[in-house]
Amino acid sequence: MSTEDQKSTCENLTRRKVLTGATGVVGAVGGAFMLVPFISSWQPSEKAKAAGAPVNVDVSQLQSGQMVTVSWRGKPVWVVRRTPEMLKILSENVTELRDPDSSESIQPEYTKNSFRSVNDEYLVVVGICTHLGCAPLYRPAVGSPDMMEGWMGGFFCPCHGSRFDLAGRVAKSVPAPTNLEIPPYHFLSNNVIRVGEDPAEGGIA
Amino acid sequence: MSHQTNESSAGKSSLLAWFDERYPVSSTWNKHVGEYYAPKNFNFWYFFGSLALIVLVNQIVTGIWLTMSYQPTGADAFNSVEYIMRDVEWGWLLRYLHSTGASAFFIVIYLHMMRGFLYGSYKKPRELVWVIGMLLFLVLMGEAFMGYLLPWGQMSFWGAQVIISLFGAIPIIGPDLALWIRGDFVISEVTLNRFFALHVIALPLLLVILVFMHLVALHHVGSNNPDGVEIKKLKDSKGIPLDGIRFHPYYSVKDAMGAVFFFILFALVLFYAPEGGGFFIEAPNFEPANPLKTPEHIVPVWYFTPFYAILRAIPDKFLGVVAMGIAVVIIFAMPWLDRCKVKSIRYRGNSYKVLLSILVISFIVLGFLGTQPSTPLYTKLAQIFTALYFMFFLVLPFTSANEKTKPVPERVT
Repeated sequence: MSTEDQKSTCENLTRRKVLTGATGVVGAVGGAFMLVPFISSWQPSEKAKAAGAPVNVDVSQLQSGQMVTVSWRGKPVWVVRRTPEMLKILSENVTELRDPDSSESIQPEYTKNSFRSVNDEYLVVVGICTHLGCAPLYRPAVGSPDMMEGWMGGFFCPCHGSRFDLAGRVAKSVPAPTNLEIPPYHFLSNNVIRVGEDPAEGGIA
Repeated sequence: MSHQTNESSAGKSSLLAWFDERYPVSSTWNKHVGEYYAPKNFNFWYFFGSLALIVLVNQIVTGIWLTMSYQPTGADAFNSVEYIMRDVEWGWLLRYLHSTGASAFFIVIYLHMMRGFLYGSYKKPRELVWVIGMLLFLVLMGEAFMGYLLPWGQMSFWGAQVIISLFGAIPIIGPDLALWIRGDFVISEVTLNRFFALHVIALPLLLVILVFMHLVALHHVGSNNPDGVEIKKLKDSKGIPLDGIRFHPYYSVKDAMGAVFFFILFALVLFYAPEGGGFFIEAPNFEPANPLKTPEHIVPVWYFTPFYAILRAIPDKFLGVVAMGIAVVIIFAMPWLDRCKVKSIRYRGNSYKVLLSILVISFIVLGFLGTQPSTPLYTKLAQIFTALYFMFFLVLPFTSANEKTKPVPERVT
């Protein structure tokens, strides 16, 4: 084999390596793009997204201290008609709360107040524990018999023992990190609440 | 057939010879069964590998038959399971074989892992046997979790809700990740459909491949034994380990006997207590899933409760999830955390015996606490035993480095 031949063999080998490497890189990029449809197909479908339509709640039959559950986006949403005594307890007991000002919690700007509501009398809240998604129990009475000592009324999550007061505010030293989520809502009239829509999108605040 | 070579005529049929020329029938059989030399001193703890294989076959066969009558839709899933139980010929048996088999799988696997801790089966040169085995354990947990959603009962629904919400605890990407896994804003039929697909094909396929790799790795390095002695060190003139016996017929027959005892116990549960006292199939799961109402007391199936108790013990959402994750993943590292050269507990020092006892007790106590409602006392206990559980893995590297061991014999006893 002449030197000339050897040189060209070497060049050929280098060329082969470069071409193989380039093919590999392009193939890897193509393979990565192929992952997109497989991963994206797990995102909520258009049908699932469309199911998030607002729902109306008629509260005319709701007595003081009662709670009604409606389904919005498949989630339970609670509407509680609070008594003046409940509101009094809420304004007094703030030292045992993790996030009394709701600065770390999820709610529309217009409910970021001390009672976490548009109208103090009505609490509208997503009934899913901010810890791991269970539905907490409604125990409105002070000193409910199946609750811990010193219970002031509120919600108790049976899964991991998180406690919330009647404004959905989380207690200190429980697993749930933040207050219960408040959905966007507004009053269509004095007795009808529209859940899932901000006041700006329709109706009165 | 007379024109064939007679080199293989010694006890080998011409039909087999025909196949051997075209496919490695005899050599594969000999490598893995006929001439696989296993230590002659296997004891009780060595039944559980073959039992796990038997349970896997049971799960696959009954699972295929259940798929024939099950409907993975939100409206029909619960009813189709009741249809299997009431209307399908022998459907109740197929369903109970599958649900009891799931719990039996974990009993067998936990005992199989315990054997590894007792006799140091994860140590050099068997690190990969252990790592592949731990991957199997992870996939099995996923398989069991997804399977539990399919009956679409209350505990199916809320158990899945809690576990998927765990991913939501991861900072920044968490909520989107949980949404991506569910495919909806809450657990819905969409989630049920994809879990069905993963449960009946994706994860079983992965399980079978990993079981194959687990066995290939094991047969490459050879089996450990209760004395932790390498039998390959001392061989006779033919290169056969002095303390080794052929897997077949010696251990195939022994394992068959173990299988018979296992079937007796399995049948007792299957026919007399298929719900396992509410531990194998939980009471709320006889109610259809209701997205608006959580059961009063929500617990995972018994085989997840030790890890669930660790999750609940930490009073912080994200750290609780991290602790639970580490509790599983840290077991992968056993070959490197345990620095003692002596394998078997028979010749190891007291420090390992004490530590292992603490680990086993912690695991059992956490398993119990995970089934109970969270009270202040139980939460405190769960925190203590979570600390003890992790202590095993953190202290072991230091104590095992200078452990006072007994002399290990040359050959198995």
